[in-house]
Amino acid sequence: MKIFREETPSKQQAVERLRLILVHDRAKVSTGLLELLRGEIINAISKYVEIDEDEIEIELNASDSKAELVANIPVVRVRRANE
Amino acid sequence: MAGRVIVVTSGKGGVGKTTTVANLGTGLALCHKKVVMIDADIGLRNLDVVMGLENRIVYDLVDVAEKTCRSVAKALIKDKRLGNLFLLPAAQTRNKDAVTPQQMVAIVDELKEEFDYVLIDCPAGIERGFDNAVAAATEAIVVTTPEVSAVRDADRIIGLLQEKELYEPVLILNRLRPDMVKKGDMMDVDDINDILAIKLLGIVPDDEEIIISTNKGEPAVLNNHSKAGEAFRNIVRRLEGEEVPFMSLGGEPGLFGRFLKLMSGK
Repeated sequence: MKIFREETPSKQQAVERLRLILVHDRAKVSTGLLELLRGEIINAISKYVEIDEDEIEIELNASDSKAELVANIPVVRVRRANE
Repeated sequence: MAGRVIVVTSGKGGVGKTTTVANLGTGLALCHKKVVMIDADIGLRNLDVVMGLENRIVYDLVDVAEKTCRSVAKALIKDKRLGNLFLLPAAQTRNKDAVTPQQMVAIVDELKEEFDYVLIDCPAGIERGFDNAVAAATEAIVVTTPEVSAVRDADRIIGLLQEKELYEPVLILNRLRPDMVKKGDMMDVDDINDILAIKLLGIVPDDEEIIISTNKGEPAVLNNHSKAGEAFRNIVRRLEGEEVPFMSLGGEPGLFGRFLKLMSGK
């Protein structure tokens, strides 16, 4: 019977669309999620490289098929291993 | 001991909140529980109609809140079939602001001393009507249907319930169509469990009997031939703490399946 049905079952589309929608909904709704994330990322990265904290951009982007967390973090200087 | 106060909510309209409240209320009353249902949908009341009690309304929720009516008891309408089932109807000509969350808490506090269950029918939306409906609740049931928009709104509502300290809402998946699930054209219980990640209280199949029962003003739970009615009876038993397996909704066997069944003599 499969040969008569080339399209993916619409349920699969529903599930995928929902997942993406909810990534965004939940990120927007939970107050300060991105702010918290930003703080922790700065902490983690600062151990190894010196970064320009004021210029950091963190965004949640969604296309038709996936959601991505995009971070743009300008590096000022890489720390030495023993620093 | 004070009764349980359960709000039935969904975010999206038209997914079956009122039908759920009517059936759970009636089902619990059939199990000899003393039940009161509160219609919190001020301005768009419907629970009275679904219950077939629309001609008996004298006072409503707003009258109780404003104390136009001497006591809560005076505003309660007794069900015409079951003596231990009552309805506190919403006002039809006012809006959601006519009652405050504090007034709801006071009314429910009084009712829960007298009743085993206080079921609150929450209006659609996330504004004042929602705040009123959840203010006094200590448990929440989220109703959704297997559609993207309904599940999305359910997710939002689950977040809002948590903000109101209702941390463990349970889910009723309504209007499931086994035939469509089988064809891959409807999300099934696992898909929705996966996405919403809250405890499942019940699955209610789509059932024409629901429309017929609403036409008559008799909840489907009273009808032994209704699949949805059976699902609601199961949910009632689960609310009462019984372990009841979920109804098998694998869809009707196809022609080949029926043929196999026939051949195997079952």
